[in-house]
Amino acid sequence: MSQEKHHIMSYTTHLIVLGVLLILTAVSVAVTSLELGALSTLVAMLIAGVKAAIVLVWFMHLKFDNKLYTIFTVFVLVLFLLVLYVTFFDYSYR
Amino acid sequence: MSETTSSKHVSFLQYKGKYKGILGWILSTDHKRVGLLYLYTMLVFFSLAAILGLLMKLQLIAPGYTIMGPQTYNAMFTVHGIIMIFIIVVPGLPAVFGNFFLPIMIGAKDVAFPRLNLASWWIYVIGILVVLTSQFVGGWPDTGWTFYAPYSFQTPANVLPALFGAFILGFSSILTGINFVVTVHRMRAPGMSWFKMPLFPWTLYATAWVQILATPVIGITLLLTVMERVLGVGVFDPALGGDPILYQHLFWIYSHPAVYIMILPGMGAISEILPVFSQKRIYGYKAIVLSSLAIAFVGYFVWGHHMFTSGMSGRALYAFSFLTFIVAIPSAIKVFNWVSTMYKGSLNLQTPFYWATSFIFVFMIGGLTGLVLGSLATNVHVHDTHFVVAHFHFIVFGGTGFSFMAALHYWFPKMFGRMYDANWANTGWAVFFSGFLTLYLPMFYLGIQGMPRRYYDYLPEFHGGNIISSLGAILMIAGAMIIIVNLVRSSRHGQKTSDKNPWGGRTLEWETDTPPTLENWDEIPNVTEEPYEYK
Repeated sequence: MSQEKHHIMSYTTHLIVLGVLLILTAVSVAVTSLELGALSTLVAMLIAGVKAAIVLVWFMHLKFDNKLYTIFTVFVLVLFLLVLYVTFFDYSYR
Repeated sequence: MSETTSSKHVSFLQYKGKYKGILGWILSTDHKRVGLLYLYTMLVFFSLAAILGLLMKLQLIAPGYTIMGPQTYNAMFTVHGIIMIFIIVVPGLPAVFGNFFLPIMIGAKDVAFPRLNLASWWIYVIGILVVLTSQFVGGWPDTGWTFYAPYSFQTPANVLPALFGAFILGFSSILTGINFVVTVHRMRAPGMSWFKMPLFPWTLYATAWVQILATPVIGITLLLTVMERVLGVGVFDPALGGDPILYQHLFWIYSHPAVYIMILPGMGAISEILPVFSQKRIYGYKAIVLSSLAIAFVGYFVWGHHMFTSGMSGRALYAFSFLTFIVAIPSAIKVFNWVSTMYKGSLNLQTPFYWATSFIFVFMIGGLTGLVLGSLATNVHVHDTHFVVAHFHFIVFGGTGFSFMAALHYWFPKMFGRMYDANWANTGWAVFFSGFLTLYLPMFYLGIQGMPRRYYDYLPEFHGGNIISSLGAILMIAGAMIIIVNLVRSSRHGQKTSDKNPWGGRTLEWETDTPPTLENWDEIPNVTEEPYEYK
C-alpha cells in the first residue's frame, strides 16, 4: 500500500468539477420543461450518468488510481445498464 | 486487532482479550467469534421461524379453521418468510462460515476490515430488533415477505417496521460483501494465485459482488414503499400514475440474485466436502469457478420469471424465459462436476457426506422443477400454487439449508475443538431428510392439482396431500431437534479433539490448530500446491 502514489488534486480542478455538476443539475431541471415524452427519462438518466461519471473520475480519483478499479467500475456500470435495458424492454413493448 | 494478545497459542474460544464474558464476544473483532455470533443468532431465529412454519402446517392438516384463522395465518407466513429470508438464508453461509473460514482458507489472519465486520453483525442485530418491533408493537404484517405493491402501502397491518428492518439488514449484507471482496483481493497468502484459491472462497467472492451490487436495489425499493405508505408519493400507486409492476421489477432485480447469494456459498461448501470424503481431486476445478461467476452474472437477468403472470409485455416474457433456461446450465455443470468427483472415489460415509449428497438430490429436484416454472406455458398453470412453495423450499431450504448443515458438520470439529456424536448426527440427518421429502414432495402434487398458496383453508380434494405434508413437517422438526440438541451439546461436552485434520482435507483450514488460535497462523503459509491435490 505504501508504495502506491497518492495524487493530490488542485482546488481549481475541484471547483471546475463542482461548477460542471451544478450546471448539469440546472440542465436536468430545465430539460423537464421540454415535452420530450418517453425520451424524458432517457435524457434525465443520461445527464445523471454524466454527473456520476464526473464524480467517479475526478472526485473519487478513478482517473489517477490503479486501472483495475476502472475495469471493475466499468463492469458494474455495464451490468447496471443491462439491468436497465432489460427493465425498459418490458415497458417499451407493453 | 483491538484485543491485547496475551498468548499466541490460546484458542480463540479461550482467548481473554480486553473484555470479559459476553462482552468479549459481542465486542470482539476476531472473524471467528463474529462468525459464531451470526451462528448463534441464526440458530435462535431459525428455531422461531421453524415453529411458525410447523404451526402453519398444523393449520393445514384439515380444511377449515384448525388452530388459527385467516388473518393469523397471513401474519404467520409473512413473519416466517421475513425471518427465514432476511435473517437466516441471505446472511446464511457467508456470515457464519465465510466469516469463520474465508481468512483461514486464504492464509490470512483476519478479514480486511475487522471492525467493519463486527459492525456488520451489530447492524444485523439492530435490523432484527426493528423487524421484531412489528411483532410486538402494532400487530404483525400480513403482506408476505415480498411486500408487493399496492397491498403493502394499503394494508392497515403494521408493515413499516418490517420494511425498515429489512432495509437495515441489507446494510449488513453490503458491508460483509465489501469486506470479503477486499479480503480476497488483498489478503491471499503468498503463492495463492486466483486459480489456487479453494472453491468456497471463490463462491464467497462471487456472492460478495452480488451482495454489493444487488442489495442497494432492494434498499431503495423498500424505502420507496415506506415513502408510498407515509407520503403517498405515487411511484407504485396506479391511482397516482404509478406502476405496481415497477415494484415487482425492482423487488426481483434484487431478490432473484439474492437466491444466488443464498445458494452459491452452499455450492462452494459442497465443493469442499465432496473431494475430502471421496479422497479425490475435485473434477473440473476451473469449470466450477467459472460456473460460479456465470451464475452470479446471468443471475442478474432472470428476475422476470417471478412475474410471468403479472402483466409484463409478451416479448419480455420470452426474454426472461430464455434467460432462465440459460442460468440452469452453469448450475448443471456443478452437479456434473460433483458427481464426477465422487465417481471411483474412496467414499468415506460420514455425516457431512450424507448432507452433501442429499443436497445434490434435493437441489436437482428444485432445479428441474424450476424449469417447469421457467417455461411460460406451464408457469401459467402452476403459478401461485403449492407447486411454487415446494420448488422454492427445495431450492432455498434444500439448497441453502442442506449445504449449511453439511458445512456445519464438516467444520464443526475445527470450530469447537470437539467432535459431535456421529450416531445421533446420522440419525438426525435421516429423520430430517425423510421429513423434508414427506413435507415438500406432496406440495408439487397439490400445486398441479390446483391448490393455491397463501390460503389458510382449502377444498376437500386437497386433504390427503395436506395430511401427508403436515406429518412430514412434524417429522422434519423432530429431525431438526435431534440435530440441534446433538450439536449444541457436543459444542460444550463433545469429545475433545486437537487433531488438525480429522477428515483428511487438503485446504489450508486443516493446517491450523484445532480450534484455531486468535490470529490463525504463527506464520503466514506459503502456498505451492493447488487445492484438492489428492494422490
